[in-house]
Amino acid sequence: MADPANGAAALAVSALTKNFSGLTAVSAMSFELARNEVLGLIGPNGSGKTTVINLVSGALKPSAGAIRLYGEEIGGAAPAAIARMGVARTFQIVRMLPSMSVLENVMAGGVFGHSRHWGDDLRDRARALVARVGLAVAGETPVSALTYIDQKRVELARALIADPKVLLLDEWLAGLNPTELKTGIALIEALRGEGRTILVVEHVMDAIRSLCDRCVVMSSGAMIAEGAPAEVLADAEVIRAYLGDADA
Amino acid sequence: MSAREWRNLGLAAAALGVVALLPLFDTGYWLSVGVSIAMYTVLATSWALFSGPTHYISLATAAFYGIGMYIVGVGIGVLPFAVLVLAAAVAGAVLSAIIGLATLRLSGVYFVIFTLGLAELVRQLVAWVQATLGASSGLYVLTGITEPMIYWQLLALAGLVYLVGWRIGRSRLGFALRIIGNDEVVAVHSGINTARAKVVLFVISGTVASITGAILAPRWTFIEPTLAFGAMLSFQVVIMALLGGAHRLWGPLVGVIPFTILSDVISAKFPNQTTLLLGAAFLLIVYLIPNGVVGVLETLARTRARENG
Repeated sequence: MADPANGAAALAVSALTKNFSGLTAVSAMSFELARNEVLGLIGPNGSGKTTVINLVSGALKPSAGAIRLYGEEIGGAAPAAIARMGVARTFQIVRMLPSMSVLENVMAGGVFGHSRHWGDDLRDRARALVARVGLAVAGETPVSALTYIDQKRVELARALIADPKVLLLDEWLAGLNPTELKTGIALIEALRGEGRTILVVEHVMDAIRSLCDRCVVMSSGAMIAEGAPAEVLADAEVIRAYLGDADA
Repeated sequence: MSAREWRNLGLAAAALGVVALLPLFDTGYWLSVGVSIAMYTVLATSWALFSGPTHYISLATAAFYGIGMYIVGVGIGVLPFAVLVLAAAVAGAVLSAIIGLATLRLSGVYFVIFTLGLAELVRQLVAWVQATLGASSGLYVLTGITEPMIYWQLLALAGLVYLVGWRIGRSRLGFALRIIGNDEVVAVHSGINTARAKVVLFVISGTVASITGAILAPRWTFIEPTLAFGAMLSFQVVIMALLGGAHRLWGPLVGVIPFTILSDVISAKFPNQTTLLLGAAFLLIVYLIPNGVVGVLETLARTRARENG
């Protein structure tokens, strides 16, 4: 499914490369994320998934290649500019604004980003999202009083309040216990039901199978497979990347 | 604005009106203390506007203050005083914008060292220019401006700083600065142009310091680089703001009043150990009350609320 306006993919990454003084963390990656699609980016630890997220969100500048958001080049732009153009993200290790309340933490995403609000409008939207992500605490609660999954919910709400064109979830489900995991998967499934366009980096295979339309598998910075989760996870090369050679 | 905010604004204006009556009662020692308190209130409050939310410790106050003072010193025979104050404001704004753009990408300790070095650089530059031009080591500032007039000007400036600070606190810019102070990574990924937000606040605080220097120039009939650009001033402003609490608009005021009186007493009683004792006071403040008097009060209020609740 392409954007009706110009036929471009929501996110198109082509020949994306990132070198850290000699070490190639991401090597000539190319993939597309269609509108309303949930794409899984998976691979063993250290395969460069978070680096891809950092390149797309602008935290890092690509060494080569292009990143296009609905046809518009965003590769190498400042992270604030990319956020304003419509890319929102969560972080692998949750990042709270410790001196602010739950509501303020959510509001922080909705003032300067892709969709901008202020005053009562902002507050109402933040309240609605606090409820939307399943937070059952008062908006005035300090974030330090929250459990880990609730902090993750705050982060998700902060990303959603900007009404992003593309949402990047960096291991949003990591560190949750089995019960929380079910809740978390249900929540992202609901976002998918809303028609959000999401790129998820994830280790949890159950989540990949139930959430993703397609998967891209990375190993040592390069793409080794792409396709529907079931077939990709059965691919011999993918299994080798995760578990090593059969004779090893 | 809510009824409560109107009431607070009224109370603040009334308080300013009351302290403005000081010169009617005393034009000697207490007026001189009053001028110092007003001066440090302006400097510490405007310093905290920038450093409070961002946690960037600037030691450049003396650079801006000295430039304002020197502009008046150089131009006093040529131009009216009001024009010179305006020129000082412009000079302070331009200089702080340049410095802000150049240095606010620096983090933590590098920023502190740069701002400290800056004041020293400007001082040496002024001293060198004076020596090269063959003039004396300082400048005479002879005006008809009396101490009560200086006091009232500073109070008016303080009122302005509070209004600006209050307005920023309610604005998107103020919200952006709080986010930056909490986590700059979250700030940039939320779409905040962090460099611009920081430069705007740095310019406000630099401009105010420069105006303060200009207003105070007539207090000293003879100004020289060590007086105008003394690094001690920058440190005192930081100490006072931290003592009161830099995270609230009225916090620095709580620190300025006791510290001005304390340092007055120290420099009168122990003229040779002033720096030593002020340094010790600085250490104690940072170590014992990192969030300032305001922070202590807020913790007490919270504890009481919890006990009663």
